[in-house]
Amino acid sequence: MSDAIISVRDLHKWYSGVHALKGVSLDFRRGEALGLVGDNGAGKSTLINILSGVHRADQGEIKVEGRPVSIATPRDAMDLGIETIYQYNSMVPTMSIARNLFIGREPTRFSVLGVGILDQKKMAEESIRAIANVDLHLRSPDALVGELSGGQRQGVAIARAMHFKSKVMILDEPTNHLSVKETNKVIGFVRGLKEQGVTGVFISHNMHHVFECCDRIVAMARGEVVLDKRIEDTSIDEVHGVL
Amino acid sequence: MKRLFKTYLEKPELAGLILLVLLIILFQVRSHGVFLNADNLRGILGILPEAGLVAIGVTILMISGEFDLSVGSVFALMPMTMAVLMVHGWPFPLALLAGLLVSAAIGFVNGYVTIRFAIPSFITTLGMLFMARSLTVVVSGGFPPLLPVDLPNWLFTAFVGPGNMFRMSFLWFVAVAVLTSLMLSRTNFGNWIKATGGFMPAAAAMGIPTARVKIVCFMLCSVLSGFAGMLQVLRLGSPLPSIGEGLELQAVAAAVIGGASLAGGIGTVMGGIIGTTLIRVIDNGLVLSHVDANWFKFAIGFLTIFAVVANAWMRKRAKAIKMEG
Repeated sequence: MSDAIISVRDLHKWYSGVHALKGVSLDFRRGEALGLVGDNGAGKSTLINILSGVHRADQGEIKVEGRPVSIATPRDAMDLGIETIYQYNSMVPTMSIARNLFIGREPTRFSVLGVGILDQKKMAEESIRAIANVDLHLRSPDALVGELSGGQRQGVAIARAMHFKSKVMILDEPTNHLSVKETNKVIGFVRGLKEQGVTGVFISHNMHHVFECCDRIVAMARGEVVLDKRIEDTSIDEVHGVL
Repeated sequence: MKRLFKTYLEKPELAGLILLVLLIILFQVRSHGVFLNADNLRGILGILPEAGLVAIGVTILMISGEFDLSVGSVFALMPMTMAVLMVHGWPFPLALLAGLLVSAAIGFVNGYVTIRFAIPSFITTLGMLFMARSLTVVVSGGFPPLLPVDLPNWLFTAFVGPGNMFRMSFLWFVAVAVLTSLMLSRTNFGNWIKATGGFMPAAAAMGIPTARVKIVCFMLCSVLSGFAGMLQVLRLGSPLPSIGEGLELQAVAAAVIGGASLAGGIGTVMGGIIGTTLIRVIDNGLVLSHVDANWFKFAIGFLTIFAVVANAWMRKRAKAIKMEG
């Protein structure tokens, strides 16, 4: 599997007695848009939390670009090029777009022990470019994120991931609570990832959204992968059937 | 123009600043010009740094999403620690260092316990309020120790500047205000503080060490409070174990009047200073305009509520102004 950007083997996770992941093995291929579907409690979120450094697997192996890795914190995941855009939004509403783009990774003019003076000029310039790159039209990078619509916020989150050259972008229920028009925009973002050579992992309850923008479907139930097919080899009915 | 208007409406300290200017004008008129004369200003500016430093610490901590009720007790414990050590022959610089370390340790305990056990900082620091106050009385042995005569008052409380307008403490206050302001607005650490208080799940997900950020804010708040307490003791010349009582709520009021949000994420150092100045101005202005001084607490209370309501209203207005293009 030379084209696998992330491969997980035999991943297990217990939550206080509940066996949430029962030996999941999966390859995420370079430049592929993968749709991860399943009911609540099927283990999707557990798998994603492990890949994004929120939780640690109790057992199993994760390889990124062929190298075994240990992902202990969200920062580790980001440094490996895995960026996660959460359902609840990984934005701070009381801060500006420019500040949000660089949270935790602020460019500094000089720093001592990781703390330093912000390079605000660079932040302003780069945030304008980053937003334009994902085809998002916003008035100013100084606007507060709290004033943006849900779809625009997802757009900024995607712009942030693109800006930091992430290789894998995990989108956890990005179309929840969005209007039809905004949903289409987010689906457009996911399609755009492939052109940039970024692997997208799209998690959703909505089968139609997944079929609209993914190349491959992975369905999970009761902590296991129950279906793994190319989109052209399966149908919404078949996926529903195995869940 | 609209852009500018919106930008200013979004400034959290605006309501406090407007109130401050209005009150200064009012008191100036009511006191027949006594309020702004040099003697009275000297009085206000001499006391301001003490409450102001505490308010700066409380404001920054509040921006990070936490709360400290123990500042008034640390305000008394720090100089008491110093006084007791100096009675035992410690030189001033070492006693100062020890006092600051004690303050930092209290801040650390406040932060560590709050985060480790995931309890509200309201509870942790309420407990610390009693504990630190009790320690203050215990170490003093019930009697305030006598301060040595050769203290470096020239560095902390001596009058300086044109017409001896300021005390040295005011310069310390300005320096701390400028440094903390820059830290909050110009450094990545400031960004982490605002992100941690603004929306902690997002901050944590983006890899910010939120626990460490909060603990540093707790420690900064305690150290500033202790330092402020020392300034007061040096000004009064005696380490009373009862100083700083009620200061915690006054500092919270100052932060809130200055636009800091109790929920975290919003606020500025300048706002905390404006809030403190307002409180000092009212305290002084009421006396000068021959109003019964017992109205002081009423005024602070009313102002706190009024400032928060005004701030909420202005933020809503700012949000309603949609910018196009």
